[in-house]
Amino acid sequence: MSAQPVDLRGGDQRERVKAGLFYGLLVFSVAVGFLLLGTLIVDVLRKGVFLLDAALFLNPPSFDPDRAGARPAILGTIYLMGLLLVMAVPIGVGTAIYLEEYADRNRWYNRLLELNIQNLAAVPSIVYGILGLAFLVRGLGLGRVLLAGAMILTLLVLPTIIVASREAIRAVPDSIRQGAYALGSTQWQVISRQVLPAAIPGIATGSILGLARAIGETAPLLLVGALTYVAFDPTLLGDFTALPIQIYQWIARPQEEFRLLAAAAIIVLLVLLLTMNAFAIWLRNRYQKRW
Amino acid sequence: MEARDAALGAQPAIRLRAERRRFGEDVVKGVLALCALISVATTVGIVVALLEPSVEFFREVSFADFFGGTEWAATFTPARFGVIPLVAGTLAVTAWACLICMPFGLGAAIFLSEYAPPRLRRTLKPALETLAGIPTVVYGFFALTFFTPLLQDVGLQVGTFNVLSAGLVMGVMLIPTVASISEDAMAAVPQDLRDGAYGLGASRLQVSTRIVVPAAISGIVASYVLAISRAIGETMIVLIAAGGIAQITADPRDPMQTMTAFIAATGIGDVPTGSIAYKTIFAVGLTLFVFTLAMNIVAIRLVRKYREIYE
Repeated sequence: MSAQPVDLRGGDQRERVKAGLFYGLLVFSVAVGFLLLGTLIVDVLRKGVFLLDAALFLNPPSFDPDRAGARPAILGTIYLMGLLLVMAVPIGVGTAIYLEEYADRNRWYNRLLELNIQNLAAVPSIVYGILGLAFLVRGLGLGRVLLAGAMILTLLVLPTIIVASREAIRAVPDSIRQGAYALGSTQWQVISRQVLPAAIPGIATGSILGLARAIGETAPLLLVGALTYVAFDPTLLGDFTALPIQIYQWIARPQEEFRLLAAAAIIVLLVLLLTMNAFAIWLRNRYQKRW
Repeated sequence: MEARDAALGAQPAIRLRAERRRFGEDVVKGVLALCALISVATTVGIVVALLEPSVEFFREVSFADFFGGTEWAATFTPARFGVIPLVAGTLAVTAWACLICMPFGLGAAIFLSEYAPPRLRRTLKPALETLAGIPTVVYGFFALTFFTPLLQDVGLQVGTFNVLSAGLVMGVMLIPTVASISEDAMAAVPQDLRDGAYGLGASRLQVSTRIVVPAAISGIVASYVLAISRAIGETMIVLIAAGGIAQITADPRDPMQTMTAFIAATGIGDVPTGSIAYKTIFAVGLTLFVFTLAMNIVAIRLVRKYREIYE
């Protein structure tokens, strides 16, 4: 009764070495990203953390790096966020409701609409900037103002919000709709009282992630002219700047002191974005229903 | 028949439609359709915004000079409008980015889909996606002030602005794009295929490389195409770290200007409306738009293909 233990792992020695190497490669592939992320965060903190003082938040930019701050830029970013919230989210959710609840997918124009949104999602952000430059700044004569920037960012994030909202609406099971119809609800009553409340966690998560993306965008704002010296608090129809623009402006200066200021402003921006991301994920985990 | 109809005749037929037309319902539907129209208007707006000044541009500069010229100096006198140096810059940066994001993105996707236990996958995937959520201006800062000096320290004689640093950092940024879409495609591969291979004695390595990857290939290619399209359209990293010299060179240690960087650099300056420099923004923008649109259409087709097969 001395049966040899059967090796269930299979393969010979060489196969096993190959499998080990392959596994190592895969783990490395995942690690590369985190390695860079970690290095980036440490590098930015090392350069900028000692400049995170009241001056950064309260002072306007200045040619003297010791007194320069990012107050107009921080305010500009906050205003942009508020405007995006009231413009991009309702339009995005409205489009998602139309596509999921009303649109007849057999109609060519509805299919075209879907294809169009898929394509818009992949249009480079700078092209949106060109659109803003041509129509809002020069065409409409709005000038290089905060509202123009907010409108361009709205168009930019719409596809993201639409896709996320559609997924959330689609996840609401049909039985809920049928039940409400059976009780005599009209279509809008079904949507507004049953479907939307059930889909809100998904919609909110997607919208916050979309907003976070928009807040970090630089290129389209450069074209609608946020790159000016703004020493005062922004207004809706006035010159403006935003955090990513301020960061770019400081990076573009040759002096080392401004690079450090850029690092400090990056910390502010990253903290804002990571908070938004974390909140979105928390929201999803806390409220998401599995039907 | 007639007798029965007569017996029932007193009652009208039951109608399942609403008793009366509800105007509120129609208004709501109209408003929602209007929301949806905004995205159509955006596309039309982009096309019109790009086409109109481009047409004017090509009235002054011939197609042959633009697409065949090897010298770009739009804002100098005498101006030169050969777009090839900008396209070369774009392709050079894109190539370096692909060198990073394609193998590592695929590796990460295989790990997530075939090796990682479900719980690890649920934490790793969103964590990896934070990489895609970092603003590109931050990556530009990192490439310029950390990665380029690092390359210089290890002995590569790169310039302050260079293609290599911008391309590699952009490559890492694109890993989640490739990983996420490829992983979706791999998740759509039916478990039966894997079980069949395991049943025949295949190892995990063999199942991953000979079953899952070939079965998910259209999704993987789609993720690659999309990554290329992102790389072509990315602005801030190249604007900050790759420099502003439009030249044709094979040496990645040199600076090059991309299409996007040119648009941004020219758009920042307050060029007068109607000038030829102003119109070049749109001509280059149109070229960029056509490039990325073509790639997106290919990617969408490919994704639809694997969905059709497995879902």
